[in-house]
Amino acid sequence: MNTVAAVTCTARRRNRLWDRFASNKAAIAGASIVVFFVAVAVLAPWLSPYDPLQTSFLSVRQAPSHAHWFGTDELGRDVLTRMMFGTRASLMAGVVSVAFAIVVGVPLGLIAGYFGRLADGIVSRLTDALLSIPFLILAIALAAFLGPSLTNAMLAIGISAMPRFVRITRGQAMLVKSEDYVEGAHAIGLEDLSIIVRYILPNALPPIIVQASLTIAMAIIAEASLSFLGLGQLPPAPSWGAMLNTAKDFMNQAPWMSIFPGAAIFLAVLGFNLLGDGLRDALDPKTTRA
Amino acid sequence: MLRLSVHRVLVAIPTLILVSMLIFGLQKLLPGDPVTAMAGEVQDPQVIALLRHQYHLDESIPQQYALWVGAVLHGDLGTSLRTSVPVRTLIAQKLPVTLQLSLMALVVALLIGVPAGIVSAARRGTPIDYIANVFALSGMSIPTFWFGIILILVVSVKWRLLPSSGYVPPTEDLWLSIKTLLLPALVLGASLGAQLMRHTRSAMLGVLRSDYIRTARAKGLLWPAVIIKHGFRNALGPIVTVLTLLFGELLAGAVLTEQVFTIPGFGKLIVDSVFNRDYAVVQGVVLCTAAGFIVMNLLADVLYTLLNPRLRQD
Repeated sequence: MNTVAAVTCTARRRNRLWDRFASNKAAIAGASIVVFFVAVAVLAPWLSPYDPLQTSFLSVRQAPSHAHWFGTDELGRDVLTRMMFGTRASLMAGVVSVAFAIVVGVPLGLIAGYFGRLADGIVSRLTDALLSIPFLILAIALAAFLGPSLTNAMLAIGISAMPRFVRITRGQAMLVKSEDYVEGAHAIGLEDLSIIVRYILPNALPPIIVQASLTIAMAIIAEASLSFLGLGQLPPAPSWGAMLNTAKDFMNQAPWMSIFPGAAIFLAVLGFNLLGDGLRDALDPKTTRA
Repeated sequence: MLRLSVHRVLVAIPTLILVSMLIFGLQKLLPGDPVTAMAGEVQDPQVIALLRHQYHLDESIPQQYALWVGAVLHGDLGTSLRTSVPVRTLIAQKLPVTLQLSLMALVVALLIGVPAGIVSAARRGTPIDYIANVFALSGMSIPTFWFGIILILVVSVKWRLLPSSGYVPPTEDLWLSIKTLLLPALVLGASLGAQLMRHTRSAMLGVLRSDYIRTARAKGLLWPAVIIKHGFRNALGPIVTVLTLLFGELLAGAVLTEQVFTIPGFGKLIVDSVFNRDYAVVQGVVLCTAAGFIVMNLLADVLYTLLNPRLRQD
């Protein structure tokens, strides 16, 4: 009977969350933009008739037309096709770097928040040190020493984003560990690892999910920035940032080369930001949005 | 107040030590042996041993770190491998350029962010609030370098109103200096202004719900007076804190803005050094940035206490 009541309660809570999320038009718009870009990334090879790497010296820097909706670049490649394939690099950079930040940052935050004392001291000082180097500067420095590539850019962004997850998880763990039910779990002899996995982590998840969405937005901009600087995805592989890097030399002659990839970055980042805001409002309606 | 400041400085010291360790550790990420690369094609063991000794690479890693920190504490950040100019001199040459750009961007951000945040909070739920929020979110989502490219296309190329690149020191021609940096400052300031607007709105919303605001209104004070005199004054603490914390974003944004507008500043120095494999310069710039950020954090704490009388008394 108790199990049935608990299941009903969880289902009701989930429905309430969904209702709150669905009633937020901006959040739905954000989720739709994200779904759109994910679909483009997955379906890119089937959506475009062109090869993203195929050069054509007969169609160099052609303005948008029926054949090339977003025009062609300095090597005659279709800009729209390269943007579609570039979506893969951007989304992958966003998701992989944030996944890395979560996989490393959340356990560290749980250890610091739950055990406190020396563990907290060490983890907190390390987090402070990483946070005191601005996100992009740290990513540039790491990419510089590791060498320019998409993998290293993702690693650099992941390391730079990790302290945010440590801080959030640590704060949540500190809050939850003083709750009565955690003390009860201690009293019945549950081990620390069991308490962390069964009680602390589930309660820390909502702010982590919100932060993940907002950090993906930041990671997409960071990857585009690194690629724009020549420290991310290397040519000829398509990436929005690298496309803009080339396009800046042809601003006068071929403005479409800069306008469309930049608009794609803007839309994707806006989508994740709207989604993150919506998730925050749905998961914690008491918070005043900054 | 003094106790708090001392405490914050003491907490910052281990952070700074860890940062220095991280930055020192960066050079250990480099693939291959730097000495064999320096020794050239003829790998003479004697030359290699001499180079290893000259750069203290024959010492243990803790000893190498201690030597590096000792030099840094004496103001020696190393020498640029490419130009043979001391890193300290390079930073001293480029930093004023970035500081001028950052200062102008900060003015733009304040002019956009604070009034927009106040109006948005005071008119919560109205179309003005909605429009301000859309602008703020767009400002936060727009890539700085793309915004720069678009502004160059429109303002410099099409309308021919402002220069698209370069830098003129204010000591040479103040007006031309401001004119050259106006477009980059607008690009950098817009994204910061968007963030500042969201924080100002949030801080103002928190304050406007307070009892003393209700009392001020009940006394018959005009709404603008309530907003400015009672609302904004009390929301100033968190706003100033956020402003100092945006320093990091300002520097990161400057890297990209300087790249787009070809401004010879701090940001361009780090990017050029990355491509020239001038690692001493990269390390020096990152160390200075981190030290600046830690100082700004300290300043934020002190300012927050100064602006909040209750904390001051504690």
